[in-house]
This record gives sequence, structure tokens and C-alpha cells, in this order.
Amino acid sequence: MKLSMRVNGKPVSAEVEERTLLVAFIRDSLRLTGTHVGCDTGQCGACTVHLDGRAVKSCNILALQAEGADIRTIEGLANPDGTLHPMQEAFREHHGLQCGFCTPGMVMSAVDLVKNHPNPSEETIRAELDGNLCRCTGYHNIVKAVKAAAAKM
Amino acid sequence: MHAFKYHKASSVADAAAALSRGDDAKLLAGGQSLIAALKLRLSAPSDLIDLGGIKELAGIKLEAGGITLGAMTRHAEVARSAEVQAQIPALASLAGGIGDRMVRNMGTLGGSLAHNDPVADYPAAVLGLNATVNTNRRRIAADDFFKGMFETALQAGEIIVSVSFPLPKRAAYIKFKNPASRYAIVGVMAAETAGGVRVAVTGAASSVFRVAAMERALAANWSPDALAGIIVPADKLNADMHASAEYRAHLITVMARRAVQAAN
Repeated sequence: MKLSMRVNGKPVSAEVEERTLLVAFIRDSLRLTGTHVGCDTGQCGACTVHLDGRAVKSCNILALQAEGADIRTIEGLANPDGTLHPMQEAFREHHGLQCGFCTPGMVMSAVDLVKNHPNPSEETIRAELDGNLCRCTGYHNIVKAVKAAAAKM
Repeated sequence: MHAFKYHKASSVADAAAALSRGDDAKLLAGGQSLIAALKLRLSAPSDLIDLGGIKELAGIKLEAGGITLGAMTRHAEVARSAEVQAQIPALASLAGGIGDRMVRNMGTLGGSLAHNDPVADYPAAVLGLNATVNTNRRRIAADDFFKGMFETALQAGEIIVSVSFPLPKRAAYIKFKNPASRYAIVGVMAAETAGGVRVAVTGAASSVFRVAAMERALAANWSPDALAGIIVPADKLNADMHASAEYRAHLITVMARRAVQAAN
């Protein structure tokens, strides 16, 4: 079936099989491999992207459900001149990652979190990130990064 | 997942027509349960009918004595709605505790109710607040809607259009979460409604149910202590690796007491 949407500000269209997941379309058709498949069962959040400004798990959505939508992936977060988004900068500064596998999903989720909670407490950050699992860090530096980024956003 | 035909419905009538045309067609709302089931091959419909583009299914409307939520209203929308927070804070709070933020940005009220997962939260809200499920054919009272595990009163081809919640005098929902999935091991909605006290329990049995003994006790005395010693028999309750039936029975009373306290 025909599919068109905007991804990171650019229009894209393609022919996709009905059962193509949004994450597969992003990674395989568009070659935007920053979005990761961690669990494939909708729990880990490594596949998190923004659909019409809302953080969603792209492994649990059909590409066709995103027809006409505005998608933003981790590749589309930095400024056009390459300078980092405050959330990316905060993750860098506060060492909010180790292996980096959960990081794109964590960053996309955190951006959505701060949009909805502009001045989040540590408790709110920990609760609202419960859809993003990290096996490396124990979350402390991730929480610090989100708190620091919120202050600058 | 197995292959299927995909149809993006333009209206409720279009969706109903597409449902009747398919061999084994299913409606796709937020997809947070359905897509996951398809990926595991637990479900293999011939056709998926996407309700995501139907404007008439969206919206939160304040009406005399209540709030009507469109079936495609996302959990996140209910949670942050100023109207729902003001009129039925227990409902906003319940919606805000479903799954995680990404699930809440896609999952819908209608999808949750039609699916009737035994450990979902919304069934406790609908049964506990005595809401009415409005379909494209009729209005179904809460007490008539939930039939069993993943089973509702919805007939073939019937589509939930909206759900009307009357305003309670006071209500609260307290959930004991599975720490991994965040589903309800036990979730209790305690409400003093215009028609009397209602206590609805989800997560504990094959479908949401009311606890008449607790309702009688609270009608006489709305306080946590009124529930002391009232235990739901364990024999009809779920037992699994997360909690035994006896523990669920214990949790029901604990969560009910907390809900009564929180509703004050």
C-alpha cells in the first residue's frame, strides 16, 4: 500500500506491506537506524520516536497508522547547524549513557516528558521514564541529565 | 505477524461496513494491545480497520451531570484534560497510570474497553463510576458490559463511539501495579455515585467485578475502617507467578481502604 508522511521535516513516500511496523519502515526503508529495536514487545522504549509531537513506541505501531503524520526520530533532534538539542547536550554532559542502546529512545522520551512537565521533580522524571529501560546505568545519570535539560528548555 | 488487509476508515459507518465485509476483521484503535498480539501471532485477523482517522470518535465533552469521552480519546488526553481533572479527578488519575507515557499517547478508551483485558484499568472506572458505553447501535450500562475474560456485550459489527461518565460525589482509584508491566495485580475504584456506593475491582479475576459487601459497608459509613474484615473469597480470583489468589484477596481490601481514604 502507498504510504506518505513527513520524517524529520522532509516528506517521504513509499510502497509498504500492510504489516510493516513503523520502526521497520524508519530503520529499513529510510535507513534511519538511530531508532533501536530492543525488546520488540513494546516494553523497553528503545524504539521511541515522536509522532505528531507525541512520544510513541514505533515497534508497536503499523507504518500505515502514521499515514500523513509528522515523525521525528533521534536523527532529527539536533539543530540544522549540527548543534545539539539541550537534552542531547545534557546526556553528554551528565554521562547519561554507557552502551548507548537505550539512549535514542530515552532522549526522545525525555524530550516529550519535559514538554508535558516543564519543571519535573526527580520523582516525576523517574515515574515518567518508566517506559524506557536501561540495563547499563542504573538510571541515576539519566535522571540528572533530564533534570539539567529541563532547566534549559 | 500474519498478513492482513488494511483499511483506514473514514467514518463509523465506513468502519461498520468494512467490519461486515471481512472474513474475520478487527478494529484497530491505538493498537497498544492489538499490534502486540499480532506480533506474537496471538491474533490473526483477515482485515484491520483503522479508526485513527475518524474525527467523530475524538473529543471530551462536558454535559449536564457528566463527561462524555470519545472512544478514540487517548489515555494521555484524558489524564491531562482540565475538564476531567476538575470534574472526575479519579478518572484522570486512572488514565495517567495506564502503562507508560508512550502507551498512553496511543492507547484509547474504546480500545481498552472492547479488549477487556482482565488486568486493564479502564474497566474499573466504567464499572465503578457507572458509566454508559455508547455504541453505533445502542447504549450499554456498565453493569451489562463486561462479560468475562476478553469478552464484552459488544455484538459482531458493533463499534464503541463514546463513553458517558456521570459525575460522582467522590471517587478514587488505587492500583497495586505489577512492577514490570505496570498492569493491575489488583486495582480498586471506590465511588460514591448519584445511585449509591460502587466498588469495582480489576486485575484480580477473569473480569472486573463489584464487591457488594464493601458497597453496603461504605454506604453506612464511608471510611477505610468500615472495610475492616471484609475479604473477597479467594476461590474465584486469579493465581499466577505474580500473586496467589489469597494475596490478591488481601490486596483487594488494602487497595479498597486506600481508595476510600484517597476519595476524601
